[in-house]
Amino acid sequence: MNTLLKILSLVGLLLTIVPPVLFFAGAIDHSNQNLYLFIGTVLWFGSAWFWLGRKAKA
Amino acid sequence: MKIQTLSKKLDALYEFDREAVKPHAFQSIGNFLGSYAGEHVAGTEFVIGMLFVAHGVTVFDMLIGGLIGNIMAVLSWALITAPIAVKARLSLYWQLKKICGPVLVFLYNIVNALMFCFLAGAMVAVSATAVGIPFQVEMPTLNDMYPTGAGWVITVFAVGAVITVFAILGFESLARFSKVAAPWMFLIFVAAAFASLPKLGVEHGFSNFWEVAQRSIWTGQAAEGQSQFTLWHVIFFTWFANAAMHLGMSDLSILRYARKWTYGFASTVGMFLGHYIAWIASGILYAAGTSDAPGEVAYQALGIAGALCVIIAGWTTANPTLYRAGLALQVASPGWSRWKVTLLAGLMTTIAALFPALVMKLLDFVALYGLVLIPMGGVIFADFYLMKKLKLQDYYAEKQKLNFNWAAGLTWFLLLGLALLMNRVCGIELYFLPLPVWIISIPLFIVLSKIYQKKIAL
Repeated sequence: MNTLLKILSLVGLLLTIVPPVLFFAGAIDHSNQNLYLFIGTVLWFGSAWFWLGRKAKA
Repeated sequence: MKIQTLSKKLDALYEFDREAVKPHAFQSIGNFLGSYAGEHVAGTEFVIGMLFVAHGVTVFDMLIGGLIGNIMAVLSWALITAPIAVKARLSLYWQLKKICGPVLVFLYNIVNALMFCFLAGAMVAVSATAVGIPFQVEMPTLNDMYPTGAGWVITVFAVGAVITVFAILGFESLARFSKVAAPWMFLIFVAAAFASLPKLGVEHGFSNFWEVAQRSIWTGQAAEGQSQFTLWHVIFFTWFANAAMHLGMSDLSILRYARKWTYGFASTVGMFLGHYIAWIASGILYAAGTSDAPGEVAYQALGIAGALCVIIAGWTTANPTLYRAGLALQVASPGWSRWKVTLLAGLMTTIAALFPALVMKLLDFVALYGLVLIPMGGVIFADFYLMKKLKLQDYYAEKQKLNFNWAAGLTWFLLLGLALLMNRVCGIELYFLPLPVWIISIPLFIVLSKIYQKKIAL
């Protein structure tokens, strides 16, 4: 489960940084960039919350 | 309030770190890297990078000045703060109490709390610039000092209320949320810069970046109503943006958990991700935007994710700040519970946030924050390294059971007076004052201690 969450988080972060680079390169338009960024944001918070900074159970 | 009561309340507040840190509690370098990276990629970064552009710095000033200033900041942490932290292993509060006595520490706490409230206020205002977008609130501009209208007042009060409620409800979940937000937030800064470049005319291969940067971003021309910055402004501002933490010694409380003094170099991560890359990115973002409001320019560049980042960045910076202000003010309150004090701090913060001047003059406020607290850092430095060598007593207040060490108190007050004089009469800008004030505080505290300790001994 944890591995899946971490993969989702990684995808979330990639969707945060790659679309603006693609927009800069002229490969996607601005509204698509914003859409991917929003999806990346939801993915990141929706997955990282469950594993990042969580205290280990005793 | 009686001095004993005051002292007991202060001690209770810092009860958990009364003792010097024991080896089993030492932390690894990873904790310090994470903590510095998280703390210095914050809501303030959106504003500072933007204000450098407004103050007309050049590309060279920004890139080289920022580099030098950040290196100096890291060296201050690593060579000045960390060695004292790992030898004494005491928090700032206990170190100060031993030197200054409870009454002077109480004063220091109150000043610190007020500064925290204003800093949190600036972050509430930053968040409000994003929250107000869907409601078409009239956003403040660079030279606005007062609330721009009823919409702004309502938005700020709404944001202030939410932040205060969360600060009252607890700090732990929020601290965790900040930790989760940090990597995403940093990437949003970088993303914002990339998304803004086409609008500024930068070509795909960066071939004309330098030319565009000189022409449209860091132009060397200050915006109307803004003072002109030079390379020296950038160096000194960057160096002393966290003056309270390094030369002012606040980070003794964190670095005392370090295994070695070299962990002070962990601040490199915070400085170069937050105070270099993020400042450069927010400068690019601002230059491409058509507004002076951070929320609005982030929304223009990145859509909802950009606006969310401004809200979260402001919120995650304001909340711990407000929480700390509440704790510090609790000592001064006549037996109030923590929630009441935090509510009061939240109200002060929200009222301060109504005034856009707090955001638009953030550089001055950050410099003032460092300046006000830095003399006490000099006092700690002198007490730690020089008192015994000069045959004076260190930790004087503790050893003599004094409530107020006048040598330390006078050092603080006289230097703040001197700084005010240098600023008002000689016209020296705030950004340049922390360094001379810190340097002078060392011999001044020693001379005053020599007189004071002699007088007490008689």
